[in-house]
Amino acid sequence: MKIYVPLDSVAVALGADELAHNIATQAAARGIDVTIVRNGSHGMVWLEPLVEVEADQGRIGYGPVSPDQAADLLDGKLPSLGAVADIPFMARQTRLTFARCGIVDPLDVADYQAHGGLAGLRRALGMSQSEIVDEVTKSGLRGRGGAGFPTGIKWKTVSEAQADQKYIVCNADEGDSGTFADRMIMEGDPLSLIEGMAIAGVGVGATRGYVYLRSEYPVAIRVMRAAVDAARQAGVLGRGILGSDRDFDMEIRVGAGAYVCGEETSLLNSLEGKRGIVRAKPPLPALEGFLGRPTVVNNVISLASVPVIFEKGADHYASFGVGRSRGTVTLQIAGNVKQGGLFETAFGTTLGEVVNDIAGGTASGRPVKAVQVGGPLGAYMPVSKFDTPMGYEEFDQNGGLIGHAGMVVFDDSADMLKMARFAMEFCAVESCGKCTPCRIGAVRGVETIDRIAQGDSSATELLTDLCETMKDGSLCALGGFTPFPVMSALTHFPDDFATHKEAAE
Amino acid sequence: MTELNYSDDDLRHIIDQHLSLEGPMLPILHALQHAFGHIPARARDLIADALNITKAEVHGVISFYHDFRDNPAGKHIVKICRAEACQSVGADALAESTLKKLGLDWHQTTQNGNVTIEPVYCLGLCACGPAVMVDDRVVARVDDAKMDDILKGAGA
Repeated sequence: MKIYVPLDSVAVALGADELAHNIATQAAARGIDVTIVRNGSHGMVWLEPLVEVEADQGRIGYGPVSPDQAADLLDGKLPSLGAVADIPFMARQTRLTFARCGIVDPLDVADYQAHGGLAGLRRALGMSQSEIVDEVTKSGLRGRGGAGFPTGIKWKTVSEAQADQKYIVCNADEGDSGTFADRMIMEGDPLSLIEGMAIAGVGVGATRGYVYLRSEYPVAIRVMRAAVDAARQAGVLGRGILGSDRDFDMEIRVGAGAYVCGEETSLLNSLEGKRGIVRAKPPLPALEGFLGRPTVVNNVISLASVPVIFEKGADHYASFGVGRSRGTVTLQIAGNVKQGGLFETAFGTTLGEVVNDIAGGTASGRPVKAVQVGGPLGAYMPVSKFDTPMGYEEFDQNGGLIGHAGMVVFDDSADMLKMARFAMEFCAVESCGKCTPCRIGAVRGVETIDRIAQGDSSATELLTDLCETMKDGSLCALGGFTPFPVMSALTHFPDDFATHKEAAE
Repeated sequence: MTELNYSDDDLRHIIDQHLSLEGPMLPILHALQHAFGHIPARARDLIADALNITKAEVHGVISFYHDFRDNPAGKHIVKICRAEACQSVGADALAESTLKKLGLDWHQTTQNGNVTIEPVYCLGLCACGPAVMVDDRVVARVDDAKMDDILKGAGA
């Protein structure tokens, strides 16, 4: 009997390790022969730990299963959820990047191949560098880390650069609150990221890769390291990958708790062993990146989407989406929501559909007040903007940004002045200190919001002006985008700023 | 994990293990902190020597990152997430009541030396907050009662 108990951080944080242990113990006591597979999460957080038992009719899901329900599970006393794929939250998705996540054993290369893995890399190995780059360009894939820069153009620059050594660097410094897609794929299907990096390496002529993974993700670090070892043993990494004449190997490097290292140039400095200070661009990392060599810096989801593009073809991938946002978006529904988790779908779904329909509204049962989309540097979207379709340009036109596609839902108890203050405070704590608008501006921002809170209405104009300066004068997105949450809070929720004034008067 | 008796050779041994890496600084610092619970002051001289950079540069790197410590923390580190998703489900109140209960401020350690409380900005558990990390173990949907269990387990 095979039982799947997720090793995903969410499941573990809700008792999955203890549950797996209890299932093993209880099974032994009953003389049942049980194999426990630690799979990734399917992404339905409210059902975790979601356990699956292999039966004649396929895998049957149960959840949430608490550690003390191990015996009931084995005795068939728990109500079943049926096949996981048939649960409406799953059935409504289009899973390309996350197709295997939750299904395969993350560290089993054979299982990975049985589910379509390595087909993309095999195909890429039969292509020239320019054919590989063209395929990515044709797919329409844009950087999923937040900036949305066309991946194919980045690869082309690196591919055409001349150097004795080039690098593929994966940005796994997923520090934005409300985002966990990178973590989920690294824990649930790490081989897809490894395969994506290998394809990138072959495509641009890079033989070495690094994953810069944040220290706040201990489970992902452990799984990624084990997956790299497994891939090396299976010949997916190393000299002559998959029997070809191309070499590619990679290493996992751990960050040290600096949010700004999610910015690509700061990340490169950190990887080199320096302070994570942002670099001025140009030179572009594509030409002078890690150790001054041409470097592809891509987000986890961008790279993990590459295998399916090569497996099924660029046209297949590009056939999903809206406008210039092609393919699928891996929405991360978080915060105060009834049904949070990972929802992969074609670009174009509206914000309101995601929050009200898919996520079922707030967990508290109170009305939604705001949704912060795109992490701590993303705008607070009011309910009046719920018809905004999920797409890069579509969000831009509505004063927001889609970022890494994380969304944090707040109910009507949220104090938007407090959230604006937090955005400034966070920027002050995490600023790398290189440019003045960010380093000093964020500190002054906190003070100015405090003045508004104390009833000084003239401070509102000052805050607006300060935000303009930060937006225009900052070197990177930390200082440059902190005005998004601040100004959206001020613009869309003026009452939260006025109440304090009236109270003081 | 905290081992206060170490010689230059002990430190050098750890540093030397990483010198073949490209960009060995962070791996060295992580390894030292893993072994000693903090970055020993003496290690700065030895790292500077080994990497052929100034002591000031080494200090600059150590002080830039939230993770690296000059002094050992308590036996256990409890990190409470303060980011937006956890705030939306009451992380502020949890943090406040935890610190009050222990009579501590952020970054401080209980008098018996068992528990240090640190803030953390996102553990990627954003749909099941408030989230907490105890050393390397993550815990989700933490309320006051669950926090009491965590603190008790850690010997606060």
